[in-house]
Amino acid sequence: MFEINAAGVYYRDLNRQIRDAIAAGQKEIRVRNVNGQYYIGDGLRGNATIIIEGVPGNDMAAFMDGTTLIVKANAQDNISNTMNSGKVVIHGNAGDVLGYGMRGGKLHILGDVGYRVGIHMKGMKRQAPTIVVGGTAGDFFGEYMAGGVLILLGLNRKPGIPIVGDYLGTGMHGGAIYIRGDVDKNICGAEVGIMDPDAEDEKVLKESLTEFCKDLDLKLEDIMKEKFRKLVPVSLRPYGNLYAY
Amino acid sequence: MFKNLAPPEYLATIDQVKCIRCKRCIQNCGWGVYSWGGDKVLINTSKCVKCLRCYHYCPEEAIQIVDNPTRFKQNAYWGYNNIRNIKRQAETGGIPLTGMGSDLPYTILFDNLLIDACQVTNPSIDPLREPMELRTYLGKKPSSVDVEKGKDGKLKLKTKMPPQIKIDLPVIFSPMSYGSISLNAQKVLAMAAKECGILMNTGEGGLHEDLLPYKDNIIVQVASGRFGVNPDYLNAGVAVEIKIGQGAKPGIGGHLPGEKIPLEVARARMIPVGTDALSPAPQHDIYSIEDLRQLIYAIKEATNYKPVSVKIAAVHNVAAIASGIVRAGADIVYLDGFRGGTGAAPSIIRDHLGIPIEYAIAAVDDRLRQEGIRNEASIVAAGGIRSSADAAKAIALGADSVAIATAALITMGCTTCGKCYTGNCSWGITTQRPELTARLDPEVYAERLINLIHAWEHELKEILGALGINAIESLRGNRERLRGVGLDAQTLDILGVKPAGR
Ligand code: SF4
Ligand code: SF4
Repeated sequence: MFEINAAGVYYRDLNRQIRDAIAAGQKEIRVRNVNGQYYIGDGLRGNATIIIEGVPGNDMAAFMDGTTLIVKANAQDNISNTMNSGKVVIHGNAGDVLGYGMRGGKLHILGDVGYRVGIHMKGMKRQAPTIVVGGTAGDFFGEYMAGGVLILLGLNRKPGIPIVGDYLGTGMHGGAIYIRGDVDKNICGAEVGIMDPDAEDEKVLKESLTEFCKDLDLKLEDIMKEKFRKLVPVSLRPYGNLYAY
Repeated sequence: MFKNLAPPEYLATIDQVKCIRCKRCIQNCGWGVYSWGGDKVLINTSKCVKCLRCYHYCPEEAIQIVDNPTRFKQNAYWGYNNIRNIKRQAETGGIPLTGMGSDLPYTILFDNLLIDACQVTNPSIDPLREPMELRTYLGKKPSSVDVEKGKDGKLKLKTKMPPQIKIDLPVIFSPMSYGSISLNAQKVLAMAAKECGILMNTGEGGLHEDLLPYKDNIIVQVASGRFGVNPDYLNAGVAVEIKIGQGAKPGIGGHLPGEKIPLEVARARMIPVGTDALSPAPQHDIYSIEDLRQLIYAIKEATNYKPVSVKIAAVHNVAAIASGIVRAGADIVYLDGFRGGTGAAPSIIRDHLGIPIEYAIAAVDDRLRQEGIRNEASIVAAGGIRSSADAAKAIALGADSVAIATAALITMGCTTCGKCYTGNCSWGITTQRPELTARLDPEVYAERLINLIHAWEHELKEILGALGINAIESLRGNRERLRGVGLDAQTLDILGVKPAGR
């Protein structure tokens, strides 16, 4: 495994080292002593795996296309912005605005996440992004969602802590959100309908969660013990009546 | 039912004596005004938007489109649009949409500015016989340059230049997305941009593969909907533009109506067919200049440091915002004035928010100079540039280049009817209906657009010649060569322009 020591390295130099290593054909890279460097993995292509030790800074994996990033700690804001394919696994909590406009690939987070996660995710039949959050999420989860899959598990929650904040799925017009446990209609955007998952959904859940459990060393049976609810847009054109022609 | 209480705006009329029943008008009208009645053409005039397509294709000059004399009573305060919009809102409860730029009679500063010319004491230049430089480089310029002597004894540049985009004249095309306009219209822009050595801009709707041959003349755009953005896309063009706002609809998001989202557009945007393509009002990862900086550098990291442009609507505090944008690392600040066009915007927003581009250019140029950072970014000014004279005035006020959209669409047949949001454009421009887009032959119309750009190029050279300067660079920010007519002292002060006669 190729190693890079990030201690005290400026983000531009660090990211150049990573890009150079990938260009040189390295398939497994371990970056040690990461401490808040921005933009790790941005625009990277190809199927290398990068293991990040330490807390990476904002905007990790933006526009990324194929690469796998494994973070062994917490991570910060804006992960997987407009990511195209590949995978990001975070063995901790992560911040706000994760997976903004994400177009493909997977984002697996073991712990809690902040506000505006999975907003404006997109998908076409074969290419669809998936975000799985092991813990809880803040407000505006899945806002403007146009495609893809968001799964929220709420594992290890302290009593009294809600699984998700307000404005769930506001402006949603495509894709699906799966929440483990029940969902209060009052916290959802008006554009969202709540239903029970059907057999097809169960397949999606099982497939996504099997991979999630494998990545993060969890047991699928434990997760599947509780029932899921599915959120979908009630209309393709939530604002269709807003305008006069 | 109280419906359609507004009389039709236009009367489409056919001279039944001249009409030869060829039915071309029926085929040509995108709005379905005409239909065949067995022995003659029937007319549903309330649908007419005066795009004049039928008139142009009637071989017998039998068609006339006239403004309906039956209007609401003349009222200097309650204009036609005020009354009509209220009636429409009473019927639907909705927000009236519109297309193109605002047509309200606010003062047009361009029309109150005049350009200087040489007489006797300083010679003018004949652009037909002397070299005249319009070439412009967009991008960050170093604040100073070092030169060194090379091995061959010649001087060469030692300073490493930031990336520059070379354009042959300072007139580029404004962003218009695939979806808001047809692919054929985008092709016209791309072909003309390549031929003229300038740029077109994808807008926020992805880059169709048919445009790849023109990639050296394309700026790709990233906006809040992130439509079509992937690493290939970011790296495809010569620069990436982050769209924060648009002059026609400052502070509100994009809204491409479902009517304009057939399969191919849906695929390019990765959203369901027939859904409205929503670009949220803010980019939810940008709430501050620091956040903007993050996105700028995320894009730079993902593109190996291509130039990044940031497009904003001209609003009251534009100078301070532009300063922040430059400090955030943008290579180009794109200012879009309130007259700027749109494929669809609520008319209440289009007509009442933002400021004219002339003020914005002057204010931003001043501010960046005062702060000593004018060299850090180029200014592209857009939003109602109607002629090369407007372009020259914008450049004299401080812009590096102007961007045009409506003028380019007019070469494709557009008559500024303003109904782009319906998706029925008879000229095949702002529509995705295949039978309409097919009539816009890219080769044919590119030729016309190229003609326009070449004509403006000649005119700009004539203006420079008359000014006695031989490079567009000497006009940039040269407000001494502008004079205001009929403008008050404060306006002149903001523009940094003297009144005519001084
Ligand atoms: S083609 Fe245009 S001008 Fe002619 S009837 Fe139709 S809308 Fe009116
Ligand atoms: S593009 Fe078409 S619909 Fe829009 S103003 Fe021009 S002619 Fe009318």
